[in-house]
Amino acid sequence: MIAGAAARVSGFIAHMRRHGFSAGPAETELVLSVLAADEVPGAAAIRLALKTLLSGNREQWARFDELFDAYWFGRGVRIVAPAQAEAGARNRSPRPKIWDKALLREETASAMGRAEHSQGNGGGPEGRGTGRLIASRSDALSRTDLRTLITPEEAAEAERIAERLARAIRYRLSRRRTPARRGEMIDIRRTIRRNLSRGGEPIELRRKHRPERPVKLVVLLDASGSMEVYSRYFINFMRGLIGGRLHADAFLFHTRLVHVADALRERDPSVGMTRLSLMADGFGGGTRIATALKTFNDRYAKETLDSRSVVIVMSDGYDTDSPQALAVELRRLKRRAHRLVWLNPLLGWKGYAPVARAMAVALDYVDCFATAHSLASLAALEGELARL
Amino acid sequence: MKLDYAPLQRDLAEVGYIADEALAMALCLMIGLGRPLLIEGEAGVGKTEIGKALAQVLETRLIRLQCYEGLDANATLYEWNYQRQLLAIRAHERDAMPSEAIERHIFSEEYLLRRPLLEAISQPASPVLLIDEIDRADEEFEAFLLEILSDFQITVPELGTIAARSIPHVVLTSNGTRALSDALRRRCLYSYLDFPDERKELVIVRARLPGIDRRLAEQVVRFAQLLRREDLEKTPGIAETLDWARALVGLDIASIDTDPDAVQASLICLLKTEADLKRVPREVAARLIGKVG
Repeated sequence: MIAGAAARVSGFIAHMRRHGFSAGPAETELVLSVLAADEVPGAAAIRLALKTLLSGNREQWARFDELFDAYWFGRGVRIVAPAQAEAGARNRSPRPKIWDKALLREETASAMGRAEHSQGNGGGPEGRGTGRLIASRSDALSRTDLRTLITPEEAAEAERIAERLARAIRYRLSRRRTPARRGEMIDIRRTIRRNLSRGGEPIELRRKHRPERPVKLVVLLDASGSMEVYSRYFINFMRGLIGGRLHADAFLFHTRLVHVADALRERDPSVGMTRLSLMADGFGGGTRIATALKTFNDRYAKETLDSRSVVIVMSDGYDTDSPQALAVELRRLKRRAHRLVWLNPLLGWKGYAPVARAMAVALDYVDCFATAHSLASLAALEGELARL
Repeated sequence: MKLDYAPLQRDLAEVGYIADEALAMALCLMIGLGRPLLIEGEAGVGKTEIGKALAQVLETRLIRLQCYEGLDANATLYEWNYQRQLLAIRAHERDAMPSEAIERHIFSEEYLLRRPLLEAISQPASPVLLIDEIDRADEEFEAFLLEILSDFQITVPELGTIAARSIPHVVLTSNGTRALSDALRRRCLYSYLDFPDERKELVIVRARLPGIDRRLAEQVVRFAQLLRREDLEKTPGIAETLDWARALVGLDIASIDTDPDAVQASLICLLKTEADLKRVPREVAARLIGKVG
């Protein structure tokens, strides 16, 4: 293989890596060895071969041809490259267009914020970090009018409660058996092994049992206008659930669904909060629960849910979609998840009855319908969820 | 290392499996490089069939490991045949055999029950190892599988290490019910299988059902293609199309627009949930049939 070709190929690998493919020197070597071994079979075959070698999932598989053309034939580089570079960047949810207006005013501040992200979770000079946070905080304040802005103590309390809650629903029985001294079943394999010295007479029995395995948790939080008063501390609550060591995922929804688990895992709570509040108040306004759930069912449910999943929906049930649509989506959701919990802050109000039509429909599918208007009511959930 | 996939594609077609260029190339590379191939795609696009067809083409054994939650090493590698071991101990005690000899005897290969992974590496000629629906197994199993797939040797404490006699051709399939680890994805070649286009599906139907009337086959395929565009819970796959075609042939229907009742009744071959059946009532079916023409 001529040296020029090798350089071109490694350039191609670098190009793919920039666009989110996990390809490195090992892949370069592999590609070169594949190409070198055969007489050149034509561009179409090479494209297919490289597609198989370099793709790792469905998205990459779908994007490959475009990137291949961009590199080798110089087609659409200008359009493709910048757009894809943004999408390929990890740990950062793509920023919806709608934020741009809001962000414009604090362009410098958020630019600094992004610089901080790229340095890998903090590590930036103290002064810069603080300045940025003040900027975005006051910004969030001015735009959303969060009167019940949460105090640090309350936030900590919410997270602590969430942690306890997470512990309460952490385990479910697995199907895989492991050795245990007081297990309910006899482990023949170990019993035989153990009793060899006694001529195979099973005198000393070994046992096994079904261990408990962590429950997966998926939280869907309504961040619409009607929930605004509560969403702040629900977000802290979500952080507590997600931050624990269990498998968990989190989504915000209003008129559409946003995946926010990454933002919640942000080590610096304030940075995470800023990112979230940007996501949350960028939309505001109405709620389309059924549409949001449909997005979840179509796109995320298959991957995130299994028979050990508990789905928690936090919403007041004021929906602009039709109740029928909500029923359909809840039925789909219920089929995939192990348990469905609906937390409704309005339930804590005196004399509240679930008259919102969506709520009345939802009750048929929900395993646990509970209030969540105060920290105390969240704490009371622990017992409720432990029974699930 | 050959990048020429056409011969393999032809061979596959001969045993009744129609593979597109991308898949044929992927299989070609898998055989050439000796790396596992991960195939993803919706249910019913023919992922499992690849393993069977490949084994037929390569004239080798197909060893299948169906994954499920809770699958563990015992079920995939080996197990001792305890009942036989117990009987052997009893029998040899009567012969006054020394206990060390008994132990050596009952932990010989004779008492070893081979499970798919061990079976796959102890074949004289490379078999096709089909690890079906890997996404159903838990993450721990995935890690364990990675180890086996890179070393191709298995250690049985009582026997020692068993090295592979031949490296199997490994095909993994996934429906995407769980995100697979990056480590597994990096180890494997990757191919995504989509629903076939009309032309390819027609070839498949005619290859699988040689007796079918050409016009009926075209109608069936066209209908299935249109149905996939409807908003369904479970999109019908190729297997469903084939079932339906078989049903229509069995019902002696020459053209799907002649007998609406029978066609409507036979739709249960394509639509597998109650909600989907309700979503395609007589009127919708008639509209689709009208488009099929």
